[in-house]
Amino acid sequence: MLSLRDVRVGSRRRHGVREIVRGVDLDVMAGEKVGVVGESGSGKTLTMLSVLRLLPRPLEVLSGQIRFEDRTLNELDERGMESIRGAGVAMVYQDPMTSLNPLLRVRTQVVETLRSHGSSDAAARRRTREVLGQVGFVDPERVEAAFPHELSGGMVQRVMIAMAIATSPRLLVADEPTTALDVTIQQQILDLVDSLQARTSMSVVWVSHDLGVIARLVDRVFVMYAGRVVEHAPTVRLFAQPTHPYSKALLGSLPGPEVEHRARLTQIGGSPPDPTLLAPGCPFRARCPFAFDRCAEQEPPLFDRGDGSFAACWKEPSEWH
Amino acid sequence: MALALRTVDLVKVYPLRRGPAVQALRGVSVALESGQTLGIVGESGCGKSTLARLLVGLERPTSGTIELFGEAILPGRHRELARSVQLVFQDPYSSLDPRLTVETAIGEVLAVHGLAARGRQRESRIAELLGMVALARRFAAFYPHELSGGQAQRVAIARALAVEPRALVLDEPTSALDVSVRAEVINLLVRLQDELALSYVFISHDLATVRHVADVIDVMYLGHVVESGQYDDVLGAALHPYTRALAEAVPIPDPVREAKRRVQLAGEAVPTPGAQVVSSGCLYRPRCPLAEEVCRVDRPELVELRRGHFAACHVAARDASVPAANTT
Repeated sequence: MLSLRDVRVGSRRRHGVREIVRGVDLDVMAGEKVGVVGESGSGKTLTMLSVLRLLPRPLEVLSGQIRFEDRTLNELDERGMESIRGAGVAMVYQDPMTSLNPLLRVRTQVVETLRSHGSSDAAARRRTREVLGQVGFVDPERVEAAFPHELSGGMVQRVMIAMAIATSPRLLVADEPTTALDVTIQQQILDLVDSLQARTSMSVVWVSHDLGVIARLVDRVFVMYAGRVVEHAPTVRLFAQPTHPYSKALLGSLPGPEVEHRARLTQIGGSPPDPTLLAPGCPFRARCPFAFDRCAEQEPPLFDRGDGSFAACWKEPSEWH
Repeated sequence: MALALRTVDLVKVYPLRRGPAVQALRGVSVALESGQTLGIVGESGCGKSTLARLLVGLERPTSGTIELFGEAILPGRHRELARSVQLVFQDPYSSLDPRLTVETAIGEVLAVHGLAARGRQRESRIAELLGMVALARRFAAFYPHELSGGQAQRVAIARALAVEPRALVLDEPTSALDVSVRAEVINLLVRLQDELALSYVFISHDLATVRHVADVIDVMYLGHVVESGQYDDVLGAALHPYTRALAEAVPIPDPVREAKRRVQLAGEAVPTPGAQVVSSGCLYRPRCPLAEEVCRVDRPELVELRRGHFAACHVAARDASVPAANTT
């Protein structure tokens, strides 16, 4: 349904280009829920923004192919893109406060979105009330009549999610949409996405750094690091048997009931690199306990590890020592 | 064991120009034993950050008292708090001045408190503080934007330690950090606590982290403590329906266990999210799947239902009293 091939995002400069997303392949099947995990600077947000051609300047898609259903998005003109946004692909952004018009009431904005997709005024109003209820507002009437500044960050985020699902998109792309929300509201939104997905067979791409949310929601996970996918695998397989040292370290660093109280957590030395300042070789090698000569010379491609799992590491898990 | 910190019936009301005042804290009593960690969990609006600000003297309570190491902090003496209790914020970049190097930022704190104010003495004290948070001496010359998130948070911790506090209030200290550096900061905080015999108030919405570091956990809801006890009692055998709802809402990073849990929870009554304030009875009642008539009229007090395990819930109190009656 959605397929990214060798997508590179960055800025063109007088002397060459600066790449931040360095060749991402990503596929989402119809009805599938996919998670994209990564830390700040991993390129996960930019990759998804490139799908809807919403990259902030001077960033642009430098090369690669982005296909949605039977169309190549990065060859469409702006009008063609407009017809994809909303009804085809809807996106919920990380920063909700900047996505709503501060001068318009919530009702006006949601109704407008629906009308621009061909709903009648009465139908748009009905649908607005309905979706605001679905995202957990106990008093949708009050929220409808409010201006964005009268709502808390969490409430605005829920309005954004309501707007995204109002048009019944075939693909929902959500970028950390629940990070700022209370966990009980997050739970309700995850349940909502589950039930919508089951009813409408909408596909979902959920971008998050929260491995709990990923484990809870998605069928398949893409792990990004320094502008590339370093591992992708079915969710159960990734959590049970990670095949990239970064995924393994990330999972091993989490506190949980099975970790002894106050015992030292497995930490990953260093911090995520700036993808524009990478030395040759594997970008994780400085933090990797298993790095050897080859890792400094050549960046590993994705290798098939079996059972639907792929990892960009020169070493198989059996060779991690 | 001596108490590091105790609050008695803390109330904080923010008057609004229009409409009813905001009751951020409605009578909060907490206690932290010296050298231990008190975890405070709750959702937005529960008052946990207000409590943090009161504990370090950034704001004054409307009523109620704060005792530090056995001494009551009297009105007008809140500055004393600043010396013995330091606050570490969620976002290190916004708590560090972008125009100051690490050395200047820490040096300023030393100067204000009349500690190792100049020369070689100051330099070696700064190096010592950086060493405590496992940063090399060269970081003294760095500006905040040259530091990674984990390094910046370690600088913020070093700055808090500069005045030799006996307690730290940590307000979501790992939430703004990348996942891969959180473990490092948690390990650092645990190590510093052991080395310096520090007492911590650890405020977070991340239940797994609080469970890992805290000895005692208080759960707050709309300005009240609704449950309190040892960490494994509160998060392993919760008594209050709100604590259970919180724990169930946090997804576990294990898809197999998470799926099993979802099947188990499917039949259970789910609380309504979103706090609504009610004027009488239990504040959690509008969301509570267990609410009864008594919850509408009578506000439950925090009472000891099991040994060292307190909850403010009529239903939990009744359920707990049955087996207790049998054993006596």
